[in-house]
Amino acid sequence: MNSSTPAVSIDGVVKRFGSVTAVDGLSLQIQPGEVVAFLGPNGAGKTTTVDMILGLSQPSEGSVQIFGGDARQAVALGRVAAVMQTGGLLKDFTVRETVELTASLFIPSRPVDEVLDRAGILDIGDRLVGKASGGQQQRLRFALALLSDPDLLILDEPTTGMDVQGRREFWHAIRSDAADGRTTVFATHYLEEADAYADRIVLVRKGKIVADGTAAEIKALSAGRTVRATLDQADTSALARIAGVDSVDVRGDSVLIHGSDSDEIARYLLNHTPARDLEITSRNLEDAFIALTGDDAQTPEGALA
Amino acid sequence: MTTMATTRRIPPLGGFSPTFLRLEFRRMLRNRRAVIFTLVMPSAFFLLFGSDGKYKTESAGHGNVTAYVMVSMAVYGAMIATTSGGAMVATERALGWSRQLRLTPLQPVAYVAVKVAVAMTMGLAAIVAVFVVGNLEGAELSFGRLLLCGVLGWSCTLVFAAFGLFMGYLLPSENVMQLLGPSLALLSFAGGLFVPLDQMSDVFANIAKFTPAYGVGVIARWPMEHDGNLGLAVVNVVLWVAVFVGGAAWRMSKDTKRV
Repeated sequence: MNSSTPAVSIDGVVKRFGSVTAVDGLSLQIQPGEVVAFLGPNGAGKTTTVDMILGLSQPSEGSVQIFGGDARQAVALGRVAAVMQTGGLLKDFTVRETVELTASLFIPSRPVDEVLDRAGILDIGDRLVGKASGGQQQRLRFALALLSDPDLLILDEPTTGMDVQGRREFWHAIRSDAADGRTTVFATHYLEEADAYADRIVLVRKGKIVADGTAAEIKALSAGRTVRATLDQADTSALARIAGVDSVDVRGDSVLIHGSDSDEIARYLLNHTPARDLEITSRNLEDAFIALTGDDAQTPEGALA
Repeated sequence: MTTMATTRRIPPLGGFSPTFLRLEFRRMLRNRRAVIFTLVMPSAFFLLFGSDGKYKTESAGHGNVTAYVMVSMAVYGAMIATTSGGAMVATERALGWSRQLRLTPLQPVAYVAVKVAVAMTMGLAAIVAVFVVGNLEGAELSFGRLLLCGVLGWSCTLVFAAFGLFMGYLLPSENVMQLLGPSLALLSFAGGLFVPLDQMSDVFANIAKFTPAYGVGVIARWPMEHDGNLGLAVVNVVLWVAVFVGGAAWRMSKDTKRV
């Protein structure tokens, strides 16, 4: 494998369903070994994009390449595997039979017991799928995705139906694989999952990328930080002239200054005013998410690349 | 991971394998309702309709009337088996299983081949079950003719695999067979499998010739007794195959958004 070949290369992709444009000019490159969260509200085009990465549907415009080649071929060879939101399971197979059947299709395939164990469902192998809980069924889908030992793992809302403990174990397994170099792309609307487990977050809205960077970069991008200080008789017009400040709010003897460069604000306050009790708070990812993906949100200029 | 990448291969025969067949059979046999409908009910119907003592002494072509009823019921059993096999493909599609399978190298042709193999094996089992019960109950027909009746009836019931597929697409539900079971009984009745056409009124007998079970029944009984018109029966089978395959293909094409 050429190390300069991206795991996923999406170039100017548009996908239309009749008059609806689900994906609207999306370009994205994911390098081998990255753990990328695809974050966005429902209907942002996440699942449609995942479908195209897996070759389940073809873009109306643009191209998708997986390890420099055709997506269907990569899926057939087991280089790409996925846990799909919509992938159905048959209730009257046992958990183990479902894995056995899928294992029979991949050459080579990991041993059935190994993937059951890694997905944490070895103890319920003989249970009928219909009798397994939603979280256990989701783990079964994960076990199926591990069979071909894929180089690229795609997860569409992977922890749906799992309890907190299940979620933690699931992400532990994903992270340990990622440490071994497996490229992982997951679509989610759980902000905390994207924040905690992804190296990189791609924020999508209405079929377009609105931000792309680390969790910290995304938070800063939309939100900036707020600096609060105790300051009598603040000169609000002077404060508003500090580089990057977008709002100054006086509440009694407190002043709240919001801006993109909190260091500059703090430096000014300490050097040029008698301000004391400084507090710097950043908005959390949820605020950034709402700011960037809300209906009235504007695509920020110079979104991080 | 990288060591495996060099040896990754597509499975032979598109994924059709003994393992796949074994697992599908095990699943089929676990479904008690399917087993009862295909293996027990046709034999029970035979005992109900064909075990009358006087049938054993009445001749029907190269055998007795008991054998006539036996062949008809065997066709009915095979119909149920192949219909449920066809309906399964559509149901599994509705459940999203086909979408899950699209994340594997499995070829659709190999998938359908597995389903057909399982359905046809169940159909064969249904025919054999009725034939065994029939012979215990005094059906008289030479082994050669019996074999020919079985093979003809068995292969013609492929019509109903297409019927099941079409109906499965029209009514995609796990319980589609609860609806199709009674429908098949009705079609069997209308097609002269339960009651011979010459015992129906002229109007009914004429309508019967256009129903899908008629052709299969006439062809399956042909080695034993030439009742009915073979040419008409062949046309009947061909036309219904066309209708069901066309219908299934039409529904399938309406359903490509998220396969």
